[in-house]
Amino acid sequence: MSVARLGRLSVRVRRRSVAVVAVLLAVTAAVGVAAVLSGEYTSTPAQALDALLGRGDVLAQVFVREVRLPRALAAVVVGAALGASGAIFQAISGNPLGSPDIIGFTVGAATGAVTTIVLFGGTPAQVAVGALAGGSATAALVYLLARRDGGVAGPRLVLVGVGVGAVLSAVNSLLLVRSSLAAAQTAAVWLAGSLNAMSWATVTVAGSAGVLLCVLATLLSRPLGLLVMGDELAGGLGIRPQGVRAASIGVGVALVSLATAIAGPIAFVALAAPQLARRLTRSPGPAVTASMAMGAALVLCCDQVAQRLFAPVQLPVGVVTGSLGGAYMIWLLTREVRQRRR
Amino acid sequence: MTAAPPRARSRRRRRALVMLAAFGLLAVAVAASLSVGSRPVPLDEVWRALADPDGSVATSIVRGQRLPRTLLALEVGAALGVAGAVMQALTRNPLADPGILGVNAGASLAVVAAVALSGFVGIWFYLWFAFAGAAIAAVAVYLLGTVAGAFATPARLALGGVAVSAAAGSLVQTVILTDQRAFNEFRFWAAGSLEGRRWGILLAVTPFVVVGLLLAAAVAPALNALALGADAGAALGARPRLTAGGAMAAVTLLCGAATAAAGPIGFVGLGVPLLARALVGPDQRWVGPVTLLYAPVLVLLADVAGRRFVPGAEVQVGIVTAVVGGPVFVAIVRRRRVAT
Repeated sequence: MSVARLGRLSVRVRRRSVAVVAVLLAVTAAVGVAAVLSGEYTSTPAQALDALLGRGDVLAQVFVREVRLPRALAAVVVGAALGASGAIFQAISGNPLGSPDIIGFTVGAATGAVTTIVLFGGTPAQVAVGALAGGSATAALVYLLARRDGGVAGPRLVLVGVGVGAVLSAVNSLLLVRSSLAAAQTAAVWLAGSLNAMSWATVTVAGSAGVLLCVLATLLSRPLGLLVMGDELAGGLGIRPQGVRAASIGVGVALVSLATAIAGPIAFVALAAPQLARRLTRSPGPAVTASMAMGAALVLCCDQVAQRLFAPVQLPVGVVTGSLGGAYMIWLLTREVRQRRR
Repeated sequence: MTAAPPRARSRRRRRALVMLAAFGLLAVAVAASLSVGSRPVPLDEVWRALADPDGSVATSIVRGQRLPRTLLALEVGAALGVAGAVMQALTRNPLADPGILGVNAGASLAVVAAVALSGFVGIWFYLWFAFAGAAIAAVAVYLLGTVAGAFATPARLALGGVAVSAAAGSLVQTVILTDQRAFNEFRFWAAGSLEGRRWGILLAVTPFVVVGLLLAAAVAPALNALALGADAGAALGARPRLTAGGAMAAVTLLCGAATAAAGPIGFVGLGVPLLARALVGPDQRWVGPVTLLYAPVLVLLADVAGRRFVPGAEVQVGIVTAVVGGPVFVAIVRRRRVAT
């Protein structure tokens, strides 16, 4: 543990956390550069670099600047948002299984999107709006139902979220069973979560919102860590527990809405990234920053695998985050045991 | 013996009331399940068909279709509910449902893979594949939790289960996104249904459910002791490793059988044990029996409602359990303090 000072500001910093975040950012940067510079169309990195700088083959320029670069940036934004929101919800619920799903957000977003697809045959933009509306309405409903005496307790929030989520997930199955095969398949593709066809317009808007929200999440990380010790103790340390909790839920919901609107419900990242980050940093608190970096690295790497594993067939990134993230977590769990026995 | 303190007495009365109500509800649900359907059979005819069968249409409907379906609903409900109660006690996590062991994901993967690779469809075909997939996934999670001889801690089991489920779920998605036929079969199987299940399916899964329930009853006292933590539990005479192994075996048998017979039915294993704890407190010896009675009530009533929900076509029981159970659950959570 050491202290970083900047003028009158000083922040306590854990060396191990800083190292982990640095390594994760380096991995993200390296994979990002590789993602932009290599691919089917441009055969050498030099050609791709030319295209990136606006020289050479026009078609290569389109591929590199209009397809690969926005896609890689979108992967980073989506991953960081999912990681941060997962860390927030695990801290609030005090439960390693806590993720944005626990407040029914993801299920509600799916209900919105699947309704738009199945009942109205919506365009992708309309589906994104449907997902946002469904998710936000569900989160608001769960929050209101879980409110009592002017505040929300973690366990009650979780349980109400489980109940509401169960109903909505049944509605989703009903929609899938009752719809035509074609509509059900379109819905299944959206439900898998994918980063195909990212445009600069999407990335610019989502990127700025994402950066703002990630800064807010980082600022909330210390008071959140104190909440874990219990409301009274945190209150004694100068924190307003209900205020922090409400603000965190707001930021967490906004983060996961952003990610879901861009890419659909990408499986497992919000749940796994904070757990992986905590295991690597050995941090006792919610490790919001490390979770963000882990989420970004995870989604970016998985999207590369999704694009290249069965090329030219492109898998949805959600398929890969589930299997690769799952395998990584299994490996980490087994390694932890072996180390403890030594 | 001195008189019990008032608090203990009121709790005892409450438990008795809860059990009594359960038997009443169960009787109503069974009667409704035998009588309601696309061709309604009045209760007196149901009775005649059961007690004194003749060659009438009512007899063949009640004895050939409704009775096995009702018994299967009872079994599936009991299996899922008790498995959930055991799982929540073992992982000491109120969010743990049987699905967390990877059972549903394993069964789903086995079913889609079998359909995609062989092209066969049908309940009987799914039955054994689903069972095998569920068992393999549960064993994998248990091995993951106890790898290198370490004791399976609750958090490790839960996370291992989530990891295995995520991996299997991704593979399921890969298959259904690339194989249209498998997807079309899968979306109906995955909703969870009791439609068309006759005596054969019932008899095939009954032994697994019975053994699973006995095993669950055998580990319940030890689970109580282990609720205090592995060390404290061991000091009270419970054997953590044996208990965890027995509990996992029970959950695997129960969920594997239920999922094989009816597809993955959600919410029952999660919601009913939580509800039972809210009603009778955290003692496993009460949570188990209360769950055993209320979970079948939920599944039966959901199945009956599904038959009459929309005219012309049945709504799958797995959908109705959640739609009916969810709001009740939320109402109860809002009203009282839940022991989590």
